[in-house]
Amino acid sequence: MSAGKIDPMEQFKVEPVLGRHLDLFGYDVSFTNSALFMIVVFVLLAVFMAGGLKRQLVPGRWQVAAEDAVSFIDNMVTVNIGSGGKKFAPYIFSLFFFILFANLIGVLPLAILPGLHTFAVTSHITVTAVLAFLSFGIVLVVGFATHGLKFFSLFVPHGAPAWLMPVIIPVEFVSFMVRPFSLGLRLFVAMTAGHILLEVFGSFVVQGLNAGGALGPVVSVLSFVMIVGVSALELLVCAIQAYVFALLTSLYLHDAVHLH
Amino acid sequence: MPQISQIGEIYASQLFWLAIVFALIYVGIGKAMVPKIEATIEDRNGRIAGDIAAAEAARAAALASERDYQTGLESARAKATVALGEAKARAVAGTEAKLKTSDAALAAQLDAATGRIGAAKVQALAEIETNTVDAVEQIVAKLSGVAVDRVTIETQVKAELAHG
Repeated sequence: MSAGKIDPMEQFKVEPVLGRHLDLFGYDVSFTNSALFMIVVFVLLAVFMAGGLKRQLVPGRWQVAAEDAVSFIDNMVTVNIGSGGKKFAPYIFSLFFFILFANLIGVLPLAILPGLHTFAVTSHITVTAVLAFLSFGIVLVVGFATHGLKFFSLFVPHGAPAWLMPVIIPVEFVSFMVRPFSLGLRLFVAMTAGHILLEVFGSFVVQGLNAGGALGPVVSVLSFVMIVGVSALELLVCAIQAYVFALLTSLYLHDAVHLH
Repeated sequence: MPQISQIGEIYASQLFWLAIVFALIYVGIGKAMVPKIEATIEDRNGRIAGDIAAAEAARAAALASERDYQTGLESARAKATVALGEAKARAVAGTEAKLKTSDAALAAQLDAATGRIGAAKVQALAEIETNTVDAVEQIVAKLSGVAVDRVTIETQVKAELAHG
């Protein structure tokens, strides 16, 4: 990569760590940089939560942080799923904190150290789509297991006049079926866009310095200021996207448990 | 965009490792750690609620005993007031009775003394009369040499004394 040409997409490239490929039943399951950062997410989350296991009556700061994380999810589940939602708390918890930690690790500016490129696991549709369809699958399983064929009454809104049914039912059905796609795409697009933006402004900084002349450094400084702002915005987006994903999953589970 | 152009070669690896890691998070953290932390929070909330309830019960007990104390104090004060009134009444009655008896005694003494004074006065007056009659008899006898009848003199002296 020459200084004049920086590919903002290169950061999303998935390649096996150390170039080693791994085959399982004919599928390529190489341990990639993506897989590495999933493990990093797991380890950091495990360390964070382990701090909440001290079980002291008067908690320290770390324990309070871990307990607040759990209370936050419990609260979300109670409010949005309602009665019978408690058993989904571990899933919503895993979902929210996996996405949140992956997002945050992705925007860590560690690339300033040569050779250390953090990788945003959630900027990959192959990851977000799997999570989205997992949520959708759980909704279907819970819905049909709880209500049987009555689960289809989800497509019939209360109080709508009968003659509207031929229109409403297909619309409701389509909006239901679109859920996993919108869920997965939203996260993938938000993270990808943010990372491209950061990379583009980063390349402006480098190119401005290399261009020389009077205008070059000005562009560099302005771009750098922009990076600071966009980074702050990205931190917000990281939290919001994780929250939206978990919240929507909770709402869909509410439909599955209570039918409207 | 590598996310899309690479799908063919990476989807299996992504799915494989995501399944492993997400399962680890779900089982190792979501199912194992989260319920323990929830239990800790619930224990603490229960303990706090219990402590508050105990404190409120203690306060209620304290208020009740305070009320009992006040009631006891008031009834004791009422009893004391009654006893004080009775004692005062008794003392007043005793004093009045004593005063009455001593008044009567004093009045009797006074009467006796008055009687004695009256008797002494009568006696003194009688003596004055007798002496006056004697003196008049002697004066008349010395001046005129006439022996006047004592009864006449007595009548004259009495009349003069009565005139003052």
